[in-house]
Amino acid sequence: MVLFNRYRRGLFITSFLAAPVILYLVYVISPYVQAFYIAMTDWRGVTAVPNFIGLDNFQRLLGDSVFWKAVTHNIALLVLLPVITIVIALFFAFLLNVGGKQGVSGIRGSGFYRVVFFFPQVLAVTIVAVLFQQVFRPDGSGMLNAPLMVFGLGPVGFLSDPDLAFWSVLGVLVWQAVGFYVVLFSAGLAGIPKDMFEAAQIDGAGRITLFFRVTLPLLWDTVQVAWVYLGILAMDVFAIVWVMTDQQGGPDWSTTVMAAEIYRNAFEYFRFGYASALGVVMFFFTLGFAVLSLRLSRRERIEY
Amino acid sequence: MPTTTQAPPEVPSRRVARAERKRRLGPLGVLTHATLGIWTLLVTVPIVWTFLASVKSEDEIFGHAWSLPVSPQWDNFARAWEQARIGQYMLNSVVVVSFSTFGTMLVGSMAAYVLARYPFRGNRAIYLLFVSGLAFPFFLALTPLFFVVQNMGNVPVVGPFIGLNTHAGAVLVYIAYSMPFTVFFLAAFFRTLPTAVAEAAMVDGASHTRVFFQIMLPMAKPGIVSITIFNILGQWNQYQIPLILLQDREKWVLTQGIADISTAAGYDADWAALFAALTLAILPMLVVYTVFQRQIQSGLTAGALK
Repeated sequence: MVLFNRYRRGLFITSFLAAPVILYLVYVISPYVQAFYIAMTDWRGVTAVPNFIGLDNFQRLLGDSVFWKAVTHNIALLVLLPVITIVIALFFAFLLNVGGKQGVSGIRGSGFYRVVFFFPQVLAVTIVAVLFQQVFRPDGSGMLNAPLMVFGLGPVGFLSDPDLAFWSVLGVLVWQAVGFYVVLFSAGLAGIPKDMFEAAQIDGAGRITLFFRVTLPLLWDTVQVAWVYLGILAMDVFAIVWVMTDQQGGPDWSTTVMAAEIYRNAFEYFRFGYASALGVVMFFFTLGFAVLSLRLSRRERIEY
Repeated sequence: MPTTTQAPPEVPSRRVARAERKRRLGPLGVLTHATLGIWTLLVTVPIVWTFLASVKSEDEIFGHAWSLPVSPQWDNFARAWEQARIGQYMLNSVVVVSFSTFGTMLVGSMAAYVLARYPFRGNRAIYLLFVSGLAFPFFLALTPLFFVVQNMGNVPVVGPFIGLNTHAGAVLVYIAYSMPFTVFFLAAFFRTLPTAVAEAAMVDGASHTRVFFQIMLPMAKPGIVSITIFNILGQWNQYQIPLILLQDREKWVLTQGIADISTAAGYDADWAALFAALTLAILPMLVVYTVFQRQIQSGLTAGALK
């Protein structure tokens, strides 16, 4: 009987794990493993067996100025996107939750604001990209340029000016991300006991002191989670650049990112080996970011 | 500073309450609402502007951006639905996402349950295998994934159904790439559930499978709902996977259809239909989101707070 039960248990475990594990090995693990091998070939998809060329692709990508432009854009996003998004979202979350009565309770209508702010998050990135392509139109038919031209400030080439296009991309990314982090920080703030704020107030803390001395330290864990999420988002940017910008990463490569260059090399130039090598570089950048953020986040947890 | 704003114990009249509120709001309160109002406008104006443009004529779209449509051109929607094939793309999205989310939740919850509740040799290794997927950038797998799916097309019998340009093929890939987060989140959830009920059922002779479907799954409902919402939204908004796997126009999902109208169409683009198509893509999301906003917000932020 015991033996039979053990047999039944084993059968159950196997039958429940078979489908997910097989799917995962075939479609996720095997491509990731193959990528490291294909990266060392000059495969263009026409020959049956890829030709092994060692590290030639990596040597070549060192001199690929377009790819390094893409890398600098990702790194710029990695710094700017989390900082701007977190600052705005923290500010709004603080106003929504602690902005009311003497800086302790939530303000009226905070539910409404939270619903509206979150909305961009449920839209597909591609839809946001096409929408802002129209908003940024370079003449009087563009939503932003029409009023700017009335004041004689336009037309501004939000997407056609190489000095400006990157900032337009960043702006759209922030526009879409802020709502999510307002809700996230609000949830974090809701978990902080109210008497913390009240005690600080009795001791004479103003709103600004309250924010920097009480709210921020108590929310630090959530801020770190936000930092990691936004960092990953910044490394993975693709659809906004590919769909919204001129020449898919232009003008003049001024908005291109690693993911866009990988896609372009693989599916437009059919350099599968080279594209995989770029993927491997992207992998090490992501890994580096993960290690770095784990290192920096080692800090005493505040128990309450 | 003690607060002086506590409401008096007896019910005050509405007028008193309003005066009280105004006094309490003060200059800072006005400033707060003004700041929040600015962001509200930043979020809503582009969307409302798109809705308005969807009923403008071509001339109005190329005219002043802030002009209102003179007479609503409802046939923009008909053209978006028929000629730009938004109807078909939307149907494709619905088909792909229904199957992929159902599949993700079925196999994901099965794997998470076994990994969370049944200690066996290799358990930890399989769990880490799944979770490690969270750390890899998708674009590393981009090229090989294309060839994996292409090769799947050569498998005897089932090949033609799961190769490139098939919805079933895309569904399998969606499921596989949803595993890391689904397993990670649900395993953590199953670990928090009490064991007593399941043990009692086992003593009464229920099989492992029955315990899972009839006892544990209903108990895990809050977690299941959160992750279902998370997966529906993530898979509905997916762009890069269909971009490489579904290159045949007939098979496109909504995100591909929308992206194509503006990028590939060039000078001949039917801009009025583009705005109508955008509206058709945004409006259902807006309605669904407003109805389920509480669940959606908690579903999407649940992962971050674990």
